[in-house]
Amino acid sequence: MKLTGAEIIWECLLKESVDVVFGYPGGAILPTYDAMTKYPKIHHVLVRHEQGATHMADGYARASGKVGVAIATSGPGATNMVTGIATAMMDSSPIVCITGQVGSRAIGTDAFQETDVTGVTLPVTKHNYLVTKPGDIARAIREAFYIAKSGRPGPVLVDITKDAQQMTAEFDWEGAAPRLPGYRPSYHAPASEFARAAELINSAKRPLILAGQGILKSGTTGDVLKLAQTAGIPITTTLLGIGAIPASSEFNLGMMGMHGEAWVNQAIQQADLLIALGMRFDDRVTGNLKTYALNAKKIHVDIDPSEINKNVPVDLALIGDLREVLAVIQPQVQKAEHTEWWTNIREMRGDSAVRDIQSLPDSGHLYAAHVINDLWRLTQKRDTIVVTDVGQHQMWEAQYYRHEKPRSLITSGGLGTMGFALPAAIGAKFACPDKDVWVVCGDGGFQMTSCELATAEQEGIKVNVAIINNSFLGMVRQWQEFFYDKRYAATPMTGPDFVKLAEAYRLTGLRCNKRGDVKGTVDQTLAQKGTVVIDFVVEKEDTVFPMVPAGADLDKMIRRPKQDVMLETGSDKDWEMPAAPVAVAGNGHTKSAPKPAKKQPARPAAKAAKPARR
Amino acid sequence: MAKHTLIAYVEDVPGVLNRIASLFRRRNFNIDSLTVGRTEQPGVSRLTVVVDASEAGARIVEANLYKLVNVLRVDDLTHKPSLMRELGLVKVKVTPQTRSEVLQLTEVFRARVVDVDEATLVIEVTGTPEKIGKFELVMQPYGIVEIVRTGSVAMARGHELLSAAPPLVRTKESAEAQHHDAGVSMSV
Repeated sequence: MKLTGAEIIWECLLKESVDVVFGYPGGAILPTYDAMTKYPKIHHVLVRHEQGATHMADGYARASGKVGVAIATSGPGATNMVTGIATAMMDSSPIVCITGQVGSRAIGTDAFQETDVTGVTLPVTKHNYLVTKPGDIARAIREAFYIAKSGRPGPVLVDITKDAQQMTAEFDWEGAAPRLPGYRPSYHAPASEFARAAELINSAKRPLILAGQGILKSGTTGDVLKLAQTAGIPITTTLLGIGAIPASSEFNLGMMGMHGEAWVNQAIQQADLLIALGMRFDDRVTGNLKTYALNAKKIHVDIDPSEINKNVPVDLALIGDLREVLAVIQPQVQKAEHTEWWTNIREMRGDSAVRDIQSLPDSGHLYAAHVINDLWRLTQKRDTIVVTDVGQHQMWEAQYYRHEKPRSLITSGGLGTMGFALPAAIGAKFACPDKDVWVVCGDGGFQMTSCELATAEQEGIKVNVAIINNSFLGMVRQWQEFFYDKRYAATPMTGPDFVKLAEAYRLTGLRCNKRGDVKGTVDQTLAQKGTVVIDFVVEKEDTVFPMVPAGADLDKMIRRPKQDVMLETGSDKDWEMPAAPVAVAGNGHTKSAPKPAKKQPARPAAKAAKPARR
Repeated sequence: MAKHTLIAYVEDVPGVLNRIASLFRRRNFNIDSLTVGRTEQPGVSRLTVVVDASEAGARIVEANLYKLVNVLRVDDLTHKPSLMRELGLVKVKVTPQTRSEVLQLTEVFRARVVDVDEATLVIEVTGTPEKIGKFELVMQPYGIVEIVRTGSVAMARGHELLSAAPPLVRTKESAEAQHHDAGVSMSV
């Protein structure tokens, strides 16, 4: 069957079971948009900026595990995508970007809207293609999807010239099967390595699992928990690993790293074995590499061989799919309890477990940490995805929103892309229309991509946007406070009236500046049909604690200075609450009372040394 | 840090050299020399890359090369018996007084004269990069007009075929214990 290149593009997307694409038309992609009208099965979301299209594809991919698709025109359309592509690359998110290119004979002539897009995106894509013939389109797109989702996932870009879209060719899907002799998505580690790994685990006295996003990508939450249960191993997660292990699991100690829990970082430094599962020892996780976990042997399980020994030299590497690796290793692991190690961790926790939220001064202001903790309480019984931006609110969300389910937190970790949250949330909502999608973002990041409110309005979808508004670029201000003598260069920031802004987009805007009003505001938001923007006006100069300064030793954390602390109401006692299976309750967002202690799951090993929590 | 010689077989497609050069720049690997040429297989090019890296660094270079979709096979010749050759053309100033001296030295280096005029000689010298460096040093007193070097090409000695195994990333212990391609199989 002869089709135009443009039609072939849509046929390929159908074959790849794509139901939604995020895009923005323009000259060089016009033939493709013209052909789109023949393919009503694929829903096109018109974005307001191509960066938004890539973040939406990314959010869609992270929420669903499927490949997200973004479309843009040549030149500026494609270059606007670069930030979103780099974000997806750093966080291993499978997206396929299709861009128009000037006619093949105009390439190299600096034609109108011509950019060397494959050149520009080369270092930030897993692979990319320049297609100049209609007959090559099917294979390029099919390979793009295959590469994007296999092995360590990542973004793939297919740049297609305008004439290739216009000319016709035979559409042969079978004949376009990937031919990638050099591509190795996965490996199998040799059996001897597994035996050694099991030996290391069985002989460890103070083992610790470092759980990363690889667990989400491979869907191995259950397998990791089983390993932890068998061998009595505590688990700590990375930022992107949040949700991989239920926050309420007795084995989950919390997040590691720069703004991680103090006891977790201490445990890492004291451990004699680190089992890193699908994580990459980012500098935000390790602190000073020279002093990082010196007492520990290290087992690194990753699907990407180039991650091994990149930052932290390891004793044993198991390269491969986490699911396969865990399946082989599980039967070789002996039962253990590590009572002493758990007692030790509980002591460290008791020592430093005065969670920062309980040390907030009582100044009558609304605090971001409280907003987020309350938001968790109010939404925990609903099936909720939270999408965060980058900065202080992101860290508070990681600390005080307790994620029980995989893929319930979507955030830009590696690249730290401000402006990510709103578009990614829109993408996530398209992937999971039945779930509540919350955006938690700062007033700075929100203003970077707030134009996508129009996209949400036009599509008639509901995302709930909680702007943590401190009129500062808070995280940068925090660094200036600590490391630049409080010289607040270019961090105080004004913004529009967010309530009026929402209303200007024909959406609902709400404002909240008192703790007592948080519940009412959230209730009202959930009751509204469409997208709601909440302006949470919080304390301006609050700081994320604890904090490991960049490059400092992991256990040298800055903690909040002692001040007149605000005594928490009883409701905070339930932060360690075991999650009852999260039921999707219609409107069950009542402030939960403290749970009776007996409902808490038995700690592994000794129940005796229960730490004082505060 | 030491010199590592890596051979990479790549698909001969547009932009592949750019991908490799970009990888080295992006990952901050130090290239000493890089040469590309066709091979006995149609559609396959062969690269010889000499990098300045530690043993662990060389493994990371190797793993990153493998991540490129167009790279078919990578082999590290550093610790294998291998041949390494480079070609240089050296244009040297000569006078009637020095010409015979230069010719004698050329003989010693088993190099050959490929162009002669009244004031210069062009000498073609092949050998290890060290030998060409030495030749350059020896010619310097006479006055080098220009010099061009191809960069190294390398080949393993003997009839043992290069392994098609994927990279094994060596860890602290296995680096000593295990051979490069023991027991790792590929899955696609």
